This record gives sequence, C-alpha cells and structure tokens, in this order.
Amino acid sequence: MEALVALIIAVLVSCGVYLLLRSRTFPVILGLTLLSYAVNLFIFVMGRLRTGAPAVIGSSNHYADPLPQALVLTAIVIGFAMTAFLLVLALRARAELGNDHVDGSAAIGEKPVQPVRPLEEDEV
Amino acid sequence: MNHLIIAPILLPLITAVVLILLSGHRALIRTLSLLSATALMGICLWLLLTASDGQIRLYAPGNWQPPFGILLVLDQLSALMLLLTSVLAFFSLAYAVRGNDAPGDKLHAMIQFLLVGVNGAFLTGDLFNLFVFFEVLLISSYGLLLHGRGHERARSGLHYVVLNLIGSALFLIAVSALYGVTGSLNLADLAAKIARLDQADAPLAATAGVLLLVVFGLKAAMAPLYFWLPRAYAAASAPVAAMFAIMTKVGVYAIIRVFTQVFGADAGNLANLIWPWLWGLALVTLVLALIGALSARELRIQIAYLVVVSVGTLLAAVALNSEAALAASLYYLIHSTLICGAMFLLADVILRQRGELLDHIAQGPRLRQSGLLGALFFMAAIAVIGLPPLSGFIGKVAVLSAAGTAGDAVILWLIMLGGTLITLMALSRSGSTFFWRTHERIEPAAAADKGALLAVIGLLACIVALSLAADPVLDYAQRAAAQLQAPELYLQAMHDFQVHQEADHEREQQ
Repeated sequence: MEALVALIIAVLVSCGVYLLLRSRTFPVILGLTLLSYAVNLFIFVMGRLRTGAPAVIGSSNHYADPLPQALVLTAIVIGFAMTAFLLVLALRARAELGNDHVDGSAAIGEKPVQPVRPLEEDEV
Repeated sequence: MNHLIIAPILLPLITAVVLILLSGHRALIRTLSLLSATALMGICLWLLLTASDGQIRLYAPGNWQPPFGILLVLDQLSALMLLLTSVLAFFSLAYAVRGNDAPGDKLHAMIQFLLVGVNGAFLTGDLFNLFVFFEVLLISSYGLLLHGRGHERARSGLHYVVLNLIGSALFLIAVSALYGVTGSLNLADLAAKIARLDQADAPLAATAGVLLLVVFGLKAAMAPLYFWLPRAYAAASAPVAAMFAIMTKVGVYAIIRVFTQVFGADAGNLANLIWPWLWGLALVTLVLALIGALSARELRIQIAYLVVVSVGTLLAAVALNSEAALAASLYYLIHSTLICGAMFLLADVILRQRGELLDHIAQGPRLRQSGLLGALFFMAAIAVIGLPPLSGFIGKVAVLSAAGTAGDAVILWLIMLGGTLITLMALSRSGSTFFWRTHERIEPAAAADKGALLAVIGLLACIVALSLAADPVLDYAQRAAAQLQAPELYLQAMHDFQVHQEADHEREQQ
C-alpha cells in the first residue's frame, strides 16, 4: 500500500509541476490544485498508513495518529480558499490585461490588447 | 499565565472584524484603526519591557500541557519583532488615514488582518501554527497588494500569489516530513528530538530543513527567489508598500528562529545545516540587489531593491552564526525595516508632485515643496546608505566588526563596502534628478498633506532615536541573541510550564 500511495503522490506532484510551468493562468491553477492534493495526501501518510484503526485512543488496541488528520483538514480548508481566491484573481487579470498569459502579454514582444472592460469604481 | 501575550493577535483580529462591520463609516473606521494601532504599540512596548528580564514566557491557549497543543512563546526576539511591527503599522496607518486608503474603506481591515498574521508568526511556538499564521498574513497581503486598480497590480499580484501558493505547498511538505520523522511540531521539542535523531532518518529531516529554507527564503526575498518583489512592492499603494517592509523580515525571522533553534549547533547529525548554503545565497542576493538598485528607472523599484539589499545583508550576518553577528543583524533589521517603510512613504509624497512623470528617474518639473522633500530624502538616503551618523552606519559597523577579518568574512567586507558606494551612487542619481535637474516649471500639484508628511517625519524620527539609543538597543539585541543561541532555555521553560489547574473550590461549584 505504501508503494501505491507514494506512486500516486509522485504522479500528482509531477503533473502539478508540469502544469505550473505552463504559460496560461488556468493550467497554472490546475497545477496548483494537483500539487495541493499531493501535499494533502503526503501529510496524511506521514501519520503512517494503518487500516481499520480508529483515530481514538482507548477504543481498540490499534489506533491511528489523529494529528496529521487534523493538519490535513486545516491544509484542505486553506488550500481551498486560496484556490478560490486565485481563480477570482486570474479572472480579474484576464479582464484588466486583456489576455490570460501569466505575464500579461500574449507572446514575447507582442503588446497586450486593450482590456476587455475597465473595472468600475465599486468593483475594486 | 500572562494573558497579555495573546493580545497582539486578538486586538487586531477584533479590530478587523469591527472595521468590516462598520463598512461605510469612513471617518469612524480611520479613527478606530489608528486607535487600535496605538493601543497595540502600547501593549507591545509593555511586552518588550516584560520580556527584557530574560525569562521565556509561554502561553497555552488550549490549556494543554506542552509540547502538546498550541503554544505561544514570548522571548526577547519575538517581543522586539512585535514592537517593530506595531511601530511600522502605526506610521503606515497614520499615512493611510490622510486620504491614502482609497478606494473604498477595506484597506484598514486588511492591514489589521495582516497584523494578526505577522504578530502570530512572531509569537507562535510550533511549526504548523507558523504555517497557519503565514497563510493569514499572506491572504491579507494578497488583498492589500491588489487593493486599488491597475495593470501592474494585477500582473505582479498574480505572480506573487502563485509563487506564495507554491511556497505554502513546500512548507506543508517540510512540516509534515518533520512530523513524520520526529512526531512533534513544537519547536523546542523538535530541537530536542532532532538532536537525538536516528542516523537513518537524518537525510529526510535534512531535506525538510532545506525545504524550509526555500520557503522562508521565498518570503524573505533571498536570491534566486526575489524576482517577484521589486515589481510587487513598486505596484502596491504607499501605505501597503511601507507595511510590506516587515514582510520580508518575517521570512528572516523564521530563518533565524528555526535554524538556530531546531537545526542549530546542538542538532547532532544535522548541526548547522544551512549556514554554508545561506552564506553563499546571501552574498549573491546582496550583489544582485545592488545591481538592481543601480539600474532601476523608478524610485519605488529602487527602494524595493534596497529592501532586498537589506535582506542580503541580514542573511549574511545571520549565516555567520555567532552571537555578536546575530545581535548586529537584529539591530540592522530594526533599522532597515523602519527606513524602507519611510522611503516608500516619502516616494509616494514625491511622486504626487511630479505630474505625469510619477517616480520615473528622469528630468521633470520642479517639485512644489522641493526644499522640504529634498531635506527628508537626503536624510533618509543617508540612513539607508549607511553613512554616519545615522543608524544604517551603526548597523553596518556592528555587522562588519562581528564578521571579523578571518577567512570568508573578507568577501562580506568587500561586498558591503562596495555596496555602500553603489547605493550612494544610485540614490545620488535619483535624488539629484528629482531635486536639482529640473525644469523651471512647477507642476500644479497640491502641497503634501501635513498629516502624511508627519507620518514620514515620524518614521525618520524613529531612525534618529534608534541611532541615539544605539547602545541600549544593541545591548538588548545582544541578550536576545544569547537567548536564541541557547535552545535548552526553551526546553527548560517548557518543562517548568504549568497549565492552569482548576482550583478545588471551582471544581466543587461544578
């Protein structure tokens, strides 16, 4: 089981890193999401893998370490919020810069096209 | 337990929530925000006076006996950082309340949330809460950086957010790997367990340690991870950029805290894990940042590179890994935070009087208040370059005399003295262009707001005070460094710590 989980984490990380290196914002966000899944799994695994063991001391002879489970919960919540924020930011950058390149220019040397629509005062 | 230890986290948190609820009452928000910052400064001063007796104070919010549960630690270093943060926050807010917090009225709430994160990161005693407080300060800083409008903010904001999210992922990997190896997250407990680490587990813990260096290096803007900083800081609005002067120092603080306490001299197989790496990286940071400052075409970009210069100097001093060098770096840290904050505010005052040119370093119209602003710029430049008599000079002398002249330290002498000359050239170029090489025409701009000017002058006054009080401050820094270099003190404090026990009569009542 350890080998399988390690393999899954490795695949998630490598896909995440590959997507992170793309030049458009949406693949980058997907890459970050994959990376955070890999990290969450990694945290969980660091409490050691046990089957059929409750995370409560005293209910049986075998118990799982509850702390990584609490940590992973915190990490999931934070990662989720950050992804949502990043999506909104990417949309705003798309609106303000006129394209979805991470550097804000469609290609090197090419001038960014006009913004789609200027933001209103109360939107900022 | 001393309940005031948690106040630097709670006070900005409560203020921020109240400020959000008050949305729409701009005058009230400004007053409350500034009042809260003043109160925070008072509390932090009191904490500093309390901590200066050399005792390490712990606070367990969940009332669990450490090393379990959440733990806040107040020692001399964290008290110093707290006071520094609150002083900088006060002057940044004092600048913001003079009409520099547009658009909307959310800037104050976000700055208060930023303070929650920064203060929490300085106070926390365990690695996972360091991560959580880092996230709190990061998400507020994302909001602050993007506050307002503009292409440049959206572009540099995107880079900043993506980079920091990657940093957070690496931080989590490092933290959980350390937990997997040692079974602890408490810094003092972690130090004890790393010292007795099994030979077979050492490579994994070392990997986690180096990953932590990458994460903190990203926050501190260490080469090669500083490329996001100049554009982001230059694009931010003035009070935000001034406030961000403390953000790189949070990274430096985390490096000092984790790598002297956990991977310090007593860490067995992993003793002094990163100092050789940090030394080289710090020198590279210094050189690259100096080149950046020299080549900058805008004043704010130039100041942002000066922030990176200060980080390079600090990290080089920290990498020397001696008590004297650590003390010198703490003094330099206070100086560079305050002066960079002042420079960002001053740049904003200057660029408002230059019309279309803003802060481009090019021949432009004469400034309306050329004399006053020129004098302030001159003084700030002297401090940031490190010329006598101001604190930059004292800090650099302290760092260099702590470095000595043996072996590698000579390189630091060369780079720092050469760097002083380069900074002098860079700032002379911008200063003489702004104030002397001007057209006859005066740009029809409003005179600078008196309150905003007072905020700049206040920060510069802090620099003067820091120079005059160099002896007691250096003395305090020396004691803080000595405390840091003795990790067994933390373990002892944790061992002696008693959680609050329910008294007998309380239990009977239940």
